[in-house]
Amino acid sequence: MVAHLVQLKLALVRNGLRRSPWQVVGLAFAGLYGLFAIVLVVGSLAAVSVQTPDIRGLVTVLLGSVIVLGWWVVPLVSFGVDATVDPARFVTFTIPRRSMLLGLAIGAVLGIPGVVTVVSALAIGGVWWRTPTALLVAPACALLGVATCIVGSRATTSASSHLMSKRRVRELMAAVTLVPLVLIGPLIGRTSASSAHLTREALEQVAAVLGWTPLGAVWAVPWEVAAGDVAGAAGRLGVAVGTLVALTVVWDRALAHALVNPLHEVASTRARGLGWFGRLPATPLGAATARSLTYWVRDPRYALAIAIVPLLPVLLWILNPGGSSLLFLGPSAAFFFGWGVSADVAYDGSAFWTHLAAPITGLTDRLGRVIGAAALAVPVVAVYSVGSALLTGRPDAIPALLGVSYGVLWTAFSGASIVSALVVYPVQQPGENPFQTRQGASMVAVVSQLVGWSAVLALSLPVAGLALYAITEHSSALGWLAFVVGPLLGGLLLFLGVCIGGRLIERNGTDLLQRIQSFA
Amino acid sequence: MPEELTPALELRGLWRRFGQKIAVAGIDLVVPAGSFYGLVGPNGAGKTTSLSMSTGLLKPDFGTVLVHGQDLWANPLEVKRMLGVLPDGVRLFDRLTGEQLITYAGLLHGLDRATVAHRARDLLVALDLTGDAGTLVVEYSAGMTKKVALACAMVHAPRLLVLDEPFEAVDPVSAANIRDILASYVASGGTVIVSSHVMDLVQRMCDHVAVIAAGHVLAAGTVDDVRGGQSLEDRFVELVGGRGTGEGLAWLRTSSS
Repeated sequence: MVAHLVQLKLALVRNGLRRSPWQVVGLAFAGLYGLFAIVLVVGSLAAVSVQTPDIRGLVTVLLGSVIVLGWWVVPLVSFGVDATVDPARFVTFTIPRRSMLLGLAIGAVLGIPGVVTVVSALAIGGVWWRTPTALLVAPACALLGVATCIVGSRATTSASSHLMSKRRVRELMAAVTLVPLVLIGPLIGRTSASSAHLTREALEQVAAVLGWTPLGAVWAVPWEVAAGDVAGAAGRLGVAVGTLVALTVVWDRALAHALVNPLHEVASTRARGLGWFGRLPATPLGAATARSLTYWVRDPRYALAIAIVPLLPVLLWILNPGGSSLLFLGPSAAFFFGWGVSADVAYDGSAFWTHLAAPITGLTDRLGRVIGAAALAVPVVAVYSVGSALLTGRPDAIPALLGVSYGVLWTAFSGASIVSALVVYPVQQPGENPFQTRQGASMVAVVSQLVGWSAVLALSLPVAGLALYAITEHSSALGWLAFVVGPLLGGLLLFLGVCIGGRLIERNGTDLLQRIQSFA
Repeated sequence: MPEELTPALELRGLWRRFGQKIAVAGIDLVVPAGSFYGLVGPNGAGKTTSLSMSTGLLKPDFGTVLVHGQDLWANPLEVKRMLGVLPDGVRLFDRLTGEQLITYAGLLHGLDRATVAHRARDLLVALDLTGDAGTLVVEYSAGMTKKVALACAMVHAPRLLVLDEPFEAVDPVSAANIRDILASYVASGGTVIVSSHVMDLVQRMCDHVAVIAAGHVLAAGTVDDVRGGQSLEDRFVELVGGRGTGEGLAWLRTSSS
C-alpha cells in the first residue's frame, strides 16, 4: 500500500509534466535552484567540519533548527503543502491509516524541497566524520530530523486547516503570521548591523537552548555524543523522538477528522439589499466596479494580496527608527495596492465567463477592476503619504510624496491591467483550503510577476527621481512639479494600460478562460 | 430572407481541436427561430464545446456562428446582447448574493436599474429563490446554483437562450417550473437550445433535436422526424451504438461469494 501511494505520486508528477511544457521548465528551474542549495549547504558544512575552533555542534543545531522551522511554518503562510496526493481522495478506499500516513510522508520527500532536505540532513550528519562515535548516531538522527520536518509540516497544516476554513480566522491569521515573517529580515539586519560583535558565545547559548527544543534536539544528539555526554545525548534523543511521536499523533488525528468531515466554507453571510450594486451607477462599468469592490471586501484572497500594506509602517520603522525611510510609505503602499489587481482574472476563475458572455468591452472589464481597487487604494495612499511626512517632520515633502505615490499607483494599475489580461496561473479557488498549492503555478507566476514589477519600477523611476531630489534638496518648486507630473504621467500610462489590456481581453479572453478551466 | 425565416442560430462548418483531440469536427446546424431545440449526445460528444463556441466563450478553429443572421465572432458585442447563456461546469461570481448576481448580469447587459430590480424579483419568485436572495451563492446547493445561473441567463430577455444541462441537480418541482417558463418563452417567440442526457425529457419538451457524437451531427430535425416512430432513446442508441450485451460482470451479484 505504501509503495502504491508513492507510485501514485510519481505518476501524478509525470503526467503533470506531460501536460504542459511550462511544468517541465518550472521543474528544471526548481531543480537547478535545489542543486544550488545542496552545493551551498554541503560545501559550507564541509568547511565547517574542519574548522578550528570546533563550531560543528553550533552550526548543525542552528541550521537544522532553521530547516525544521521552515518546514513547519512556511506552508502555513505561503506555499501550502504539496497536495498532489490529496488524502481526501482516499476516503472511499479501505486503506489502514498507518499505511496512508507512511505513504503520504514518503511521497512528500519525493520532491525538490524533500530531496534538498534529505541531502542537507545527511550532510549535517556527515559533519561529524572526524568523530567516529558521533558519526555512528548521526545518520539515524539525520533521518529522524527529516521525518520531523515532513510530519511536522503535515501536522501543522492539517491541524489548522479546519480552523482556517473559517474566513475571518483565516484573514486574521494571515495578517498575524505575516508580522513576524516580514519582520525577521529587518530585525536580523538591524541586530547584525548595530551589534556586529554577535559573539560565538552568544550563538552557542542559543544553540544550547535550541538543542533542548523540538526544533533542534535531533541535531544536538551527535553533538552531545561527540562531547562524550551520554546522558545529555539520551535526553535530547528523548525530546526528538517525543516530538516526532506527538506530531504523528496530531497529523493522524487531524487526518482522521478531516476524512470524515470534509472542509466546507462555514455558512455565515447574509446580506440585505444590493450593496454596492445599488449605490454605483447602473451601467456595465458601474456593475463591474461594484463586483470588484464587493470581492475586495468579501474574498480573503484579495486581502492576502495586500496584507503587507498595514505592516509597511512597522517595517519601515524597524529598518530605520525615526529616520526618513518612513517617507517611502506612500509609494510602496501604492505599488502593492496597484499590483494587487494583477491576478484578478486568475482569482475570478471560470466565473470569468460572465464577462465574456456579456456584451461589454474589454475596457469595461479592465476599468471596473481598477476603479474597484482604486476606491480602497486612493485614501490609504493619501493617509500614508501625508502621515509619513508629518511623522518625520517633513510637511514640506507632502506635494512631492503625493505626486510620486499616485504616479506609482497609476503605473502599477497599468502594468497589472496588462499582465492580468495576458497571464493566468492556478490560484486558490474561493473557499478552497488555503494551504493547498496548485501544481505548476510557480514558474509562469514568478516570471510574469518579475517582468511586471520591473516594468512598473522602471516606468516610475523618472517621477521617483524627481521627487527624491525635491525632498532631499528641500525644493518646494520641484516638489510641486512632482505633484503635477507624477499623476499626469501615471494617468497617461494607466490610460494606455487599460486600453491595451482591454484589447488583449477582447482578443485572448476565451484563451484565458480555457486555460483557467484546464487548471481545474 | 424575411426576419422570421432567418434561423435563430446557424453553425457552419464548426471545428475545434484541443491538443491532439478533435472535439468538434465540422458541425453544421440550423436552429429555426421560435424552436425548442434539444442537443443530445453521449459523454464527450462535443456538446459543451459546440455550445461554448456558439455563445462566445470559446473561439472556433474554423467555421462561422450566425445568431439571427449576424456573425457572432465578427460582431461580438451586438450578438451577445441577443444571447442568454447557461454554461455547464463553470463557476459563478459566487461571493455575491443571489440577488446581486442576477442584478450584476442584468446591469452588464445594459438594463436600467428599475428594470433589473423588477425582473430580479420576478425571477427569484419564479425559481423559488426568494428566501435565499440574500445568501451568498457559494452557499447554495448545486440545484439552487443552476437556478440562479438560469435567472442570470434570462434577466435581459434574450432572443436566444443557450442552456447547457439546465436540469442537472435540479429537483423535480423546480425542473417542472423551469420547463413551464421555457415553454411560455418559446410560445412568445423566443428560441431555446438545451443540451441534455435525458432523452425522455428532450422528447417531451423539445420540438427539434440534434444528435451529436464524436464531434459530428448524426441526425437533426424535428423530434418526430429524428425518432421516426421509435422512442428517442432507442433511436439515439441506434444512431450512436455502443450498447453492451448485458452479459459480463457476472460476479456483480450480491448473492455470489
